[in-house]
Amino acid sequence: MTEYLLLRHRNRGEENIADLDTYLSLGGFEAYERVVTTMTPQEVIDIVKASGLRGRGGAGFPTGVKWSFLSDRFPRYVVANSDESEPGTFKDREIMEQNPFQFLEGLMICAYAAQAEVAYNYCRGEFWELTQVLESKVRQLNDRGLLGRRIFDTDYSLQINHHLGAGAYICGEESALLESIEGKLGQPRLKPPFPADRGLYQLPTVVNNTETLTNVPLIISRGPEWYKSIGTEKSCGPKIMCLSGHAKHPGNYETPLGITFRELIFDLAGGIRDDKALKAIMPSGASAPFLPASDEVLDTPLTYEDIPKIGSQLGSASIILLDETVDISWAALKTMKFFEHESCGKCTPCREGTYWMYHLLGRINSDKAEQADVDLLGEVAQQVVGKCLCPLGDFATSAVFSGIELFQQDFNLHIATAVNGKDDSNTK
Amino acid sequence: MSSNTANQTLRTRYSAEVKDILKRYPDDQKRSAVMPLLFLSQKEGLQATVSVMSEIAQILDISITQVASIVGFYTLYYSHSGGKNRIQICTDLPCALRGADDFADKVCEKLGVKLGETTEDGEFTVESVMCLAACDKAPMFQVQNGDGITYHERQTISDVQAVIEQLGNAEIDKSPEGAE
Repeated sequence: MTEYLLLRHRNRGEENIADLDTYLSLGGFEAYERVVTTMTPQEVIDIVKASGLRGRGGAGFPTGVKWSFLSDRFPRYVVANSDESEPGTFKDREIMEQNPFQFLEGLMICAYAAQAEVAYNYCRGEFWELTQVLESKVRQLNDRGLLGRRIFDTDYSLQINHHLGAGAYICGEESALLESIEGKLGQPRLKPPFPADRGLYQLPTVVNNTETLTNVPLIISRGPEWYKSIGTEKSCGPKIMCLSGHAKHPGNYETPLGITFRELIFDLAGGIRDDKALKAIMPSGASAPFLPASDEVLDTPLTYEDIPKIGSQLGSASIILLDETVDISWAALKTMKFFEHESCGKCTPCREGTYWMYHLLGRINSDKAEQADVDLLGEVAQQVVGKCLCPLGDFATSAVFSGIELFQQDFNLHIATAVNGKDDSNTK
Repeated sequence: MSSNTANQTLRTRYSAEVKDILKRYPDDQKRSAVMPLLFLSQKEGLQATVSVMSEIAQILDISITQVASIVGFYTLYYSHSGGKNRIQICTDLPCALRGADDFADKVCEKLGVKLGETTEDGEFTVESVMCLAACDKAPMFQVQNGDGITYHERQTISDVQAVIEQLGNAEIDKSPEGAE
């Protein structure tokens, strides 16, 4: 890509885009002004719908459609989901650190479209320093009259508040996030009703991911047709790909949706560290199935529609690379440790299932397991999947099912070591 | 219980901050302020004591059990005492692929503790934590203390040494002023 759209601070000559005057001098908040002074909320929603923008937090749901679901009740709320906690995801942080005003402008346009007069930005608690900076940016916007009462001399008023999480992955799930703002445990709600009907304080609420919102000012200023011309027919626009693990040059790569794994990993990120062979890819952090590093996989475009065809998900494009030295049963153990820790405890299959899967994987990795334990691991996963209120339980089983299916030899090696160990002890 | 154990620390020492926090939420939804008030209370020490929780419960007109449940659920609040500085090393998969487990062991060795333990002088607790959204800058850790949370990325053991010395000295420098 010749021009960065989301990571605009990387464009030459725009080094200080986190400075409000610089952002304004580059046309910042013109889209917001045009929306507030000349457009109806419905017109804004129609443009975002027409752009094909899909949610960047993982689910890929069409953003404009989500906005159009709001119930006809007031007041309404808009919430930015900056809880970024999926292992392997670090894009929202770079956006907010380096291009904060484009994100805030997107949040403000979304708030106008929803006719919300209060918006929250929910940041994970670890973004402590970043949140203090963002709060000062919001104060600047208030001072300039871009936030506050009667913006641009219209009847529209808006304030933005920040709410810090405190270390809970589950709060990235939108209904758990809303519970957390309400001062409760971050546990998902039963849906329906969806937040668009009964969200924050039981009022109509839109929750959008940080990266999603950062796309919105561009769509308004350059038009939905321009936006649709980037990416593929069903996956429009630019996307930040977070590359971690054994990449030679890990980091955020902004590309059009539809770039292949091969182009991203080998052309942009320099290939694999120490020029080792790539063994497996986790395309969506800890949450989606492993993919083997086959030619078919490497030539698959990174889109919402193509990755499911090869058995995984694009999610938020948090791509973890595992080289030939990695034992997949160990990677599954690490993944399960995460989910065991992060299960909120509300649904029994997830709470108990992640605990037992973690312990079974621990037994396998310490060479004390038999084949029956691997079978049991699969059975426990089977009893978790599809049986919980939110997708966390399902996510936890991804590494188990795909790990056992695709990399059985890694599990077998531990079983063989255990059997040999037993034989040795019998002969002693 | 709440009336005789609660103190007035937040309301007297941090009245402006408390007011500012309450302003962020609707008047009839004060409970929303429980998390920011718990963070505010950490300026006086990371542990959420019964008296701290009682005061927050009083401010928000909720039960102390509701405050305690929040402390129990979210990992950045603490019901038990620990070091003044919590060194929290990410050892989740992406960081582990770039040497975070070895790094954590070395940090522990440096401080003479195991993961989860606190140094004898009470200055540091070392913990392994889940993903901190810094996967491309591993090994990394955050330090949580009364001043908030600070990230330290692309770390070597000598970097850690410098951080530890700085935090230790900062505490020593502060103590004459702090003794009121």
